[in-house]
Amino acid sequence: MKVLVLVKQVPDTATQVKVGSDPRAIATTGITWIVSPYDEFAVEEALRIREKRGTGEVVAVSGGPERVKEALRSCLAMGADRAVHVLDPALEGADTLTTARVLAAVIQQEAPQLVLTGRQAIDDDTGAVGAQVAELLGWPCLSWIMEEAIAEDGATVRAGRQVEGALELFDLPLPCVLTAQKGLNEPRYPTLKGIMGAKKKEIKELGPGDLGVNVDGPQLELVRLEALPPRPPGRIIPGEPKEAVRELVRVLREEAKAI
Amino acid sequence: MAGAFWCVVEDDRRGRPKRVTAELIGEARRRAGELGAGVEALWLTDRAEEEGLGQLAGWGADRIWLVEGPALAPYRGEVWVPVLAELAQKEAPRAIWGAVTSRHRELMARLAARLGVGLAADCVGFALEDGQLVAARPVYAGKLLSRVRWRGQPWLATLRPNVFKPADEGPAREPRVERPAVSVPPGAATLVERREETQTGLPELTEADIVVSGGRGLKGPENFVILEELAKVIGAAVGASRAAVDAGWRPHRFQIGQTGRTISPKLYIGCGISGAIQHLAGMRTSKVIVAVNKDPEAPIFKVADYGIVGDLFEVVPLMTEEFKRVLHGE
Ligand SMILES: Cc1cc2nc3c(=O)[nH]c(=O)nc-3n(C[C@H](O)[C@H](O)[C@H](O)COP(=O)(O)OP(=O)(O)OC[C@H]3O[C@@H](n4cnc5c(N)ncnc54)[C@H](O)[C@@H]3O)c2cc1C
Ligand SMILES: Nc1ncnc2c1ncn2[C@@H]1O[C@H](COP(=O)(O)O)[C@@H](O)[C@H]1O
Repeated sequence: MKVLVLVKQVPDTATQVKVGSDPRAIATTGITWIVSPYDEFAVEEALRIREKRGTGEVVAVSGGPERVKEALRSCLAMGADRAVHVLDPALEGADTLTTARVLAAVIQQEAPQLVLTGRQAIDDDTGAVGAQVAELLGWPCLSWIMEEAIAEDGATVRAGRQVEGALELFDLPLPCVLTAQKGLNEPRYPTLKGIMGAKKKEIKELGPGDLGVNVDGPQLELVRLEALPPRPPGRIIPGEPKEAVRELVRVLREEAKAI
Repeated sequence: MAGAFWCVVEDDRRGRPKRVTAELIGEARRRAGELGAGVEALWLTDRAEEEGLGQLAGWGADRIWLVEGPALAPYRGEVWVPVLAELAQKEAPRAIWGAVTSRHRELMARLAARLGVGLAADCVGFALEDGQLVAARPVYAGKLLSRVRWRGQPWLATLRPNVFKPADEGPAREPRVERPAVSVPPGAATLVERREETQTGLPELTEADIVVSGGRGLKGPENFVILEELAKVIGAAVGASRAAVDAGWRPHRFQIGQTGRTISPKLYIGCGISGAIQHLAGMRTSKVIVAVNKDPEAPIFKVADYGIVGDLFEVVPLMTEEFKRVLHGE
């Protein structure tokens, strides 16, 4: 079974992100780039599917500039068999629909039985690309999955999605798209052997001409990025615990009107 | 009506719209008012109660598009999207809005792809700039705000719960209900089981007005009972930091932060939580933030409106007692 994983490279979660000189982009100096955390759950799940079935192929796919190869390398080090890098200027600052169109074209070329994505990329925080790819391909999809098991015959998958107050388990025909939520698994760390092995694995590069998608600019246009207005300075309530608590409850009710 | 603002109804699966739907309609009324447009509700469900329809009208829906059928529950994207797309193509609304809930999040993404339009996800504000609607949405885990606008129509967006002022419950109005003839496709996915989460008796994390949340400072799963007691007294939900979740003290669904839930309650009370940047990502839009931590240097105090430096095992039970006294006269 061929499983394709969509991974996005994003700034490390501890990065202090700042607006760049062009207010429609962030300042990229000093940023450490990582594989978006939810995408690591997706990669891990794909590897487990291959291991459980004893056969199959895991292909990691990422769209973005040259540095994205690093992210693909770490997927290969985790154990993916090969990678595809879409190096298309149309993806710079693209909206999710543009990204989804490009990635859907890669999926069509690769024709996997299953596509795994993260529940959302932690830079734009949209959480749309997985579902949009499914829609463009006419496939079913299930979002925020917490568990997954492919039927022995490889025709269907049973997957559980997290909804408010419950887990809903569905049977879906393959091919389909599943988006990974935290709790699906615990991603492995690459071993030294894995890291060494990754250097020999293939990263196929695709350019704008290779996919035949007509990208005519984003449907959602970024006007500008802004820093958040700072929160007004807070107040430490002093005193013995008993007095402090009494004062806290009073200000919460009388000043903040929070309760 | 062409040019209307459509609000997709989020319901309780028992025939009644949820409060977030009132927030959607409230904000749509304000924006539609500026543009002289109408506001309509769009309800896909296996069951709509009469009272639910009345509520939508009371909140200000000029018209309710109701598509009722057993295939619509539980939500499946491949069933809902063609129905919505067909209606949207026929009626040409100016905007289609949903809530940031598990199903709407996916639904609106798929619908945007089907209609070939942009989606502004997780919006926290709207403004008209040069006659065009511009949406504000947090990005980079709430470290920045992104302002976006659409190239074409309809303007698809999802709105973060608890942020927008709900429409006031108006005088009961006779709802104007349309039951359009649309075909509901059968769908490819079949539900095999719904595992309800064990009921805590406390409100749902993302919907709660007040959230009490605990971190590594709680020292063990058994101590969460201290937070639950406070939560019961003030009607709060209980959340957790990732450290507490990863230690196995609370299930994943209670995690607040960049890789957990995003919440914006009226009041957030963090106990024994340091306030790592990834945790702040999930709660910094809370209206009032309270921190209880024994370390005066803990970063959570930088975003807290009120803080108590002290031992949570002493402070939290005192809070419970004090709230009992002032709220319930005990
Ligand atoms: C990719 C990534 C994603 C992440 N996502 C999330 C996320 O979604 N949510 C999240 O929360 N974290 C997330 N984290 C983890 C985050 O960086 C922190 O490690 C985590 O939030 C720390 O949890 P904590 O505050 O409970 O623990 P600690 O940082 O250990 O803080 C415990 C605090 O409790 C205080 N304390 C101890 N005992 C007492 C006492 N008796 N009374 C009062 N105070 C006491 C201490 O002073 C300390 O400040 C993520 C990290 C990464 C790398
Ligand atoms: N440029 C990209 N390349 C590869 N995968 C992507 C890209 N952008 C988004 N994805 C995938 O889609 C998921 C959701 O992204 P988003 O809709 O941007 O939040 C991510 O977790 C990735 O799995």
